[in-house]
Amino acid sequence: MKQNPISFQLKLNPEDFLPATEEEKQSQVVMRESISFWKDGMRRLVRNKVAMVSIVVIIVVMLFSFVVPAFYPYSYKEQMKGANNLAPMEYSEEEQARIEAGEKVFPHIFGTDKMGRDYAIRVMMGSRISLVVGLIATGIILIIGSAYGSIAAFFGGRVDLIMMRIVDIIYTVPDILLIVLLSFALNAPLENLKNAPGFAWVGVVGKNLISIFIVFALLYWVGMARMVRSQVLMLKESEYVTAARALGVGNGKIIKKHLLTNCIGTLIVTTTLQIPSSIFTESFLSFLGMGVAVPLPSLGSLASDAINGMNTYPYLLFIPALLISLIILSFNLLGDGLRDAFDPKLKN
Amino acid sequence: MLKYIAKRIGLAIVTIWAVATITFFLMNMVPGGPFLSEKAISPQATAALEAKYGLDKPLPQQYITYMWDALHGDFGDSLKQRGRTVMDIIKMKFPVSARVGGLSVLVALLIGIPLGSIAALKRGKFLDSLISVVATCGIAVPSFVICTLLLYFLGVKLRLLPTIGLSSWKNYVMPVLALSFYPTAYIMRLMRSSMLDVLGQDYMRTAKAKGVSGILILFKHALRNAILPVVTYVGPMLAYTVTGSFVVEKIFTIPGLGGEFITAISGRDYTLIMGTTIFLATLIIVMNVIVDIVYKIVDPRIKLK
Repeated sequence: MKQNPISFQLKLNPEDFLPATEEEKQSQVVMRESISFWKDGMRRLVRNKVAMVSIVVIIVVMLFSFVVPAFYPYSYKEQMKGANNLAPMEYSEEEQARIEAGEKVFPHIFGTDKMGRDYAIRVMMGSRISLVVGLIATGIILIIGSAYGSIAAFFGGRVDLIMMRIVDIIYTVPDILLIVLLSFALNAPLENLKNAPGFAWVGVVGKNLISIFIVFALLYWVGMARMVRSQVLMLKESEYVTAARALGVGNGKIIKKHLLTNCIGTLIVTTTLQIPSSIFTESFLSFLGMGVAVPLPSLGSLASDAINGMNTYPYLLFIPALLISLIILSFNLLGDGLRDAFDPKLKN
Repeated sequence: MLKYIAKRIGLAIVTIWAVATITFFLMNMVPGGPFLSEKAISPQATAALEAKYGLDKPLPQQYITYMWDALHGDFGDSLKQRGRTVMDIIKMKFPVSARVGGLSVLVALLIGIPLGSIAALKRGKFLDSLISVVATCGIAVPSFVICTLLLYFLGVKLRLLPTIGLSSWKNYVMPVLALSFYPTAYIMRLMRSSMLDVLGQDYMRTAKAKGVSGILILFKHALRNAILPVVTYVGPMLAYTVTGSFVVEKIFTIPGLGGEFITAISGRDYTLIMGTTIFLATLIIVMNVIVDIVYKIVDPRIKLK
């Protein structure tokens, strides 16, 4: 048969229909084991030097603020007589006498404050408070924001419209004004609550800390809600959601099992970047004197206390100030690294 | 367009009303009253004062009266600073805050935009890394840390600048620097990423191929497009410089509105709290609305919803 030169017909030979040889089959074998979402992200994260350094810094800070205080020979509220305003590594007269008598005295690495309290342990406790506030507040934001955002996006229509208008309003509320006001206003009800039976824990946690958490729960979840909403809006059109619905899965379960698990990358990144901003706000409040209650220190209140003696004891100011910047910086850089690793789309 | 503007303004009014309402009830939740802290005041006098300012009436009625008066531009008299209306106090204190805040915004724009653009143009070079590191660190440092470091080194150690008050231009240097630190760093990052985005666009290549000179490309094509995200940030930035100045005003003892707000809260000066809150909230919200609308006009690519 004569072949038309511009024909699109396939030219097939009988050999094309022979079974593949062993050699040809080999080329189809997948050599590398399949990489899961987590493994892939982790691989990229481990390769990111800046993020790894930040993780190490965060772990070291956590060790010093959660583990070391348990073994530390001084306590954050213990006021030592005659040991006021010691310079770093300096000993009080009494301690000097004990050293001469052959006793071992643990040095005051960062000196002491004007009440004679060891400053190193106060800084450690301060960073503990800052970290705890950052983590718990972020947890609250994560729960409220992801629930709100996914519900708004999932149900759509009028529900979405009303819910997102509320978000818009909260978003434009000047936050600092309300934070200052709220932390004053919540003081008294929490004080009453503390004395009510069954609520003694309020006193243990400290009413200012609780009011900080309430502020975060009321105002700061909107960014997270917007983020989750935009993700869920996209995901809810996926086939597996239709399939799940066809199988009779309830709305709540679809949101929890299918939608939120699929935007886990965004959730991780947004959460990590939320931690430094929570710590930032807490230190700001403590600095203005609306944060944690005395004698509990926070990095913000330590810096605030040190301002008056700045002329003579500048290190009392520099240590907490630099530490808080370091913590916030590490969490920011870690968040950037996580974003590059788990959610590169989010970059812009 | 008109519909969009109307919607934004409507939302802004609802927000201002919500802020005012929340503030009103929150502030009445705070125990104590404006006349409690004054010493040796008889119960009769307190009652008389409360009656004079309408504080003896039930809360909902007070709320309605206040909102009605506020709607007519009457924010009442300060309860603590006798003989002064809330408006007088705002008129006196706000220019101070506005001057410091406005200067910081200016500084942030003047430093942030050029440095961010340079970083993008010199991508991957040393200058880019340097600017990026500075910007990343700048975002991580809380304002009170900057304030105290400046105060210590420039004010106390080197004695270059005065640390208290606002009598000469020298007094402005430190507060403005401290307040502009975070926005500068943020604008640098924003400018760098948007500039990189623009530099990769097709029209840049076209312009280059047509032989347009480098400077003209930079100013006419690149900068004009890359600056748009910065425009959106100006609104929140103004909000930041007005409210973020609480700390700066406290540290540098500047007689501004932020400090007044905190004293008003601790003194339970109800009318002054309401006045400053409504004023600052309105200012911030109006700024945001203006920026949003301007942004949509400047960038026709954004669809109006």
